Amino acid sequence: MSSEQIQTLAKLMLEFIPPTMKLFGFTLLYSIPLGMVAALLKMCRFKPVSWLTNLYILIMRGTPLLLQIIVVYYSVPILRMSSGCPKWLSSVLTGVDIQSDSYMFRMVLAAFVLNYAAYFAEIFRGGIESIPKGQYEAAGALGFSRMQTFFRIILPQVFKRVIPASSNEIIILVKDTSLAYAVGYMEIMYIAKKQMSFYSSLVPLFLAGIFYFAAAAVLTLIFGYIEKKLDYYK
Amino acid sequence: MAMLEVKGLSKSFGELKVLNDISFSVEKGEVVAVIGPSGSGKSTLLRCINQLERAGGGEIDVCGVNMVKSGEKGRAVYADSRTLREIRLKTGLVFQNFNLFPHMTVLRNVTEAPVCVLKKSKADAQARAMELLKKMGLEAKAKSYPCELSGGQQQRVSIARALALDPDILFFDEPTSALDPELTGEILKVIRELAAEGMTMVIVTHEMAFARDVADKVVFMEGGYIVEMGTPQQLFGDSASERVRQFLARFSDQ
Repeated sequence: MSSEQIQTLAKLMLEFIPPTMKLFGFTLLYSIPLGMVAALLKMCRFKPVSWLTNLYILIMRGTPLLLQIIVVYYSVPILRMSSGCPKWLSSVLTGVDIQSDSYMFRMVLAAFVLNYAAYFAEIFRGGIESIPKGQYEAAGALGFSRMQTFFRIILPQVFKRVIPASSNEIIILVKDTSLAYAVGYMEIMYIAKKQMSFYSSLVPLFLAGIFYFAAAAVLTLIFGYIEKKLDYYK
Repeated sequence: MAMLEVKGLSKSFGELKVLNDISFSVEKGEVVAVIGPSGSGKSTLLRCINQLERAGGGEIDVCGVNMVKSGEKGRAVYADSRTLREIRLKTGLVFQNFNLFPHMTVLRNVTEAPVCVLKKSKADAQARAMELLKKMGLEAKAKSYPCELSGGQQQRVSIARALALDPDILFFDEPTSALDPELTGEILKVIRELAAEGMTMVIVTHEMAFARDVADKVVFMEGGYIVEMGTPQQLFGDSASERVRQFLARFSDQ
């Protein structure tokens, strides 16, 4: 490829960074709180809730994200065509415009959020369970309510403890966004693959690789900084 | 009025009975030392009184407020949650391993409960906290984090933290067991000072000399029972119980 071609290509590929970042950002925005909720549900003393949450985590971690994306994305068109679909559901689903960009984004996002929440749930559960019992006892003896104990005493300490594992997960997510191309979501990998065929060149993939690498490097720096910031206590 | 009244308290962990028919009382300004071999139920007793364990049966009253009483079939019946909370604020507990909040400064460790639980203003809580830290000789450490302090300093912070809620009665669960002899002296000195000020205290301890010198009343426990209870002179002088004499003999040899 000529250097002009590479420039045009790079410019084109830059336009696909925002949708990639959008998927990345919204996945984090929803999957982290959902993961926290799932972690608490899994620790719930009412066993059926704990088991159901466990089953959800098992499925999400036990099957490929790629499969989940495809299942979620095609669930609407396939369900509404199937004869076994109840009337009320098919009438709801018929109203969905599966051609729209927003449908595409929402379905892909849903798959990512469900998947990542399961991983975050396990990270957070580990973090919460690693806090010594004495912290709860001290808080209880001082008259803190259960809510106050959780939000003021436990959670800040959990936050510090889950940073390393979470940063791992978040860096994997940057690269996992590329899986969305399987259903045609226009992210970096989608355009790289297209341009590869167009130019019969590996340069588009190389550029995509640079993007992922740079994003992961920036995240590594950010998490390193956060860890250092939180180093004031043990 | 007794600050603490325990009657017929019992507690089991599964099959294992760890507390049997424990009865004793603590008057205002009294210092009670609970001694005895490891595994005798001393800590469990303290934990039951401080609501960290549920009593199996019997009765506990704190400052005249009933916390738990025996219901049908001798089962423990607890007061409603509001009363239990009220009682919690009357009692303070100092742990063997301090249990300070590691993510908060020393000052914040002391002010957090007064601000969040008692709804004191931040300024008031800080003024009181600095007063307490000064008393503990730690005013210079107010901005430090617990991990930067020695064990003795950490324990003094945890005493200040408990005192910040102005408890009517303060409990110590082996406050010096995690400390070396030098730091132990530091903590015992603080407790002595509190005793001199008339603080009502119950102290589970293995420091026999301390128990003898500071306590008004000594409770000797073994196997979940109170074997003997009396003044230090009675127990350390010439105990009626063979077992108490035997236990304390090792100490007097030193």
